[in-house]
Amino acid sequence: MLSIKNLHASIEGQEILKGINLEVKPGEVHAIMGPNGSGKSTLASVLAGRDIFEVTDGEVTFQGENLLEKEPDERAKDGLFLSFQYPVEIPGVSMVNFMRAAVNEVRKHRGEPELKSSDFLKVLRDKKALVEIDSRLTNRSVNEGFSGGEKKKNEIFQMAMLEPKLSILDETDSGLDIDALRIVANGVNKLKTPENSTIVITHYQRLLDYIVPDVVHILYNGKIVKSGGKELALDLEKHGYDWIKKEMEA
Amino acid sequence: MPDWAQLKIPEIDFQDIIYYSAPKQKPQLDSMDDVDPELVETFNKLGIPLEEQKMLAGVAVDAVMDSTSVKTTFKENLAEKGIIFCSISEAVQEHPDLVKKYLGTVVPPEDNFFGALNSAVFSDGSFVYIPKGVRCPMELSTYFRINAANTGQFERTLIIADDDSYVSYLEGCTAPMRDENQLHAAIVEIIALENAEVKYSTVQNWYPGNSEGIGGIYNFVTKRGLAKGRNSKISWTQVETGSAITWKYPSCVLMGDNSVGEFYSVAVTNNHQQADTGSKMIHLGKNTKSTIVSKGISAGKSQNSYSGLVKVIKRAENARNFSQCDSLLLGDKCGAHTFPYLTINNDSAQVEHEATTSKIGEDQIFYCNQRGISTEDAIGMIVNGYAKEVINKLPMEFAVEAQKLLQISLEGSVG
Repeated sequence: MLSIKNLHASIEGQEILKGINLEVKPGEVHAIMGPNGSGKSTLASVLAGRDIFEVTDGEVTFQGENLLEKEPDERAKDGLFLSFQYPVEIPGVSMVNFMRAAVNEVRKHRGEPELKSSDFLKVLRDKKALVEIDSRLTNRSVNEGFSGGEKKKNEIFQMAMLEPKLSILDETDSGLDIDALRIVANGVNKLKTPENSTIVITHYQRLLDYIVPDVVHILYNGKIVKSGGKELALDLEKHGYDWIKKEMEA
Repeated sequence: MPDWAQLKIPEIDFQDIIYYSAPKQKPQLDSMDDVDPELVETFNKLGIPLEEQKMLAGVAVDAVMDSTSVKTTFKENLAEKGIIFCSISEAVQEHPDLVKKYLGTVVPPEDNFFGALNSAVFSDGSFVYIPKGVRCPMELSTYFRINAANTGQFERTLIIADDDSYVSYLEGCTAPMRDENQLHAAIVEIIALENAEVKYSTVQNWYPGNSEGIGGIYNFVTKRGLAKGRNSKISWTQVETGSAITWKYPSCVLMGDNSVGEFYSVAVTNNHQQADTGSKMIHLGKNTKSTIVSKGISAGKSQNSYSGLVKVIKRAENARNFSQCDSLLLGDKCGAHTFPYLTINNDSAQVEHEATTSKIGEDQIFYCNQRGISTEDAIGMIVNGYAKEVINKLPMEFAVEAQKLLQISLEGSVG
């Protein structure tokens, strides 16, 4: 599904990612944890193609193709989805129209015909129910005036609509109360299939109680310094990030 | 020349302008293959039918689309209702009483510099008269569009809506107009009598000059409506994307009691374009109401200004105005300015003004990209969302074209 080899990336000349290696197979859930400033969100942005970051070395293949040479919208159409840590507001553009445009772009790319309005609205209703999003939200402008929790649920709703191959959830749990967290996690779990993969980026272990990872990676200072099973997240919770820092400096 | 507008106007040698020449016969091209490919591409993006493309580009048109026959059909339809719709030179010959009674009553020759110029030298334009109690059965746009191929340099338009009548008029065309005349100074006068309503929509897409700011049309227009009768209504809607310089303030003089004036505008400037546009709402009668919604979109190195005046005279009891002036910026080299003037001389007036300035952020574009939407489509979507309120006021078929036009005008403006 996704193969990252020796990925280096920098912003304004400052190197953030310093040689990332990661293999994600179909159906797998990977968690990436790490202290603030370790490069977690940068990794997500680089994979999605945000051009403020410069890739200085390494390669990334996504479904057998070179990901790094594609434009952000092509990556999305190929099935890469990023749930934003800070979803962006787009005044004047209704969620319904936004999603219709996005869904039809993805369908066009897959060689499928555009959805008829009635079919689209049916899919919209079904997916809203799936992720338990308030049905009024889709009539409003994209993320405009949404609460923190609503924005995050809206990201998962879009993920449900677009049916991506690989979803990257960037700190989707931040700012959520426990009920919202459960709804978001349930949404992600319901969308899981043996074919699609998920990368969960998180600071805290608690999300992983709900979304159980196959592999946990610890990112520190731009590198993956430790990988293991889901128990690694519990160790981390117990000892804190200082444990990693000490181990690295030793 | 007026110098109060937020415009840098290069010196114009008024002696060097040919004030009257018979409509030039543009060189006829044999087929669409001879037309500038860039123009054809724009036509296709706008979805303009092939036959119409040929006409606009000056390609010989076959008999099916003979505009003379189409014109005749329209004319017969209108004549049945007593509607007069003809060129102003024809109106001078055929309907001298109406022309004498109304021409120059809304915009007198001494009104302003460019108005004086037009009044001195105008050679043609359009004339509309809607008789008492008649609702014009079609958008006069359809007709106009077919005749739009040769717009004059100093056009004069006079629209008279008699008591209890209604007309919707569309000027211009979304298709790009390539014109050799650099200076345009038109006048539009509207008179609405008792209970009459006139809706005037403009889509302006004249040549804005190249991306370096060379060439392009100077568009200095005086447009004013007189809501003369009780309960009359005049509504201006404009989508301005063309011209190197736009100087234009469609206005309403609300003379009749309970009369209503509206101004809805989207003005887009890109590259080196300059636009100074807005509206004047002059409240003279009692219980008069006006609405101004102005949406400026600036990109590239362009400058886009709103200049407006709301005036309520002493005896205009219970006047109401709502003004909203929004600016949207793309990039960091363009400018948006707002100059709203209010002169209120009656304490019972209610006047509201709202203004916002926003920017299309790279983060918004990226968010759209991440959902599979290209940058071009993302800008189109955001801009159309922003301009929706105004676009919705246009006649249906033009609303769709205007949406596409906005997107095309801004192509390449966000890197």
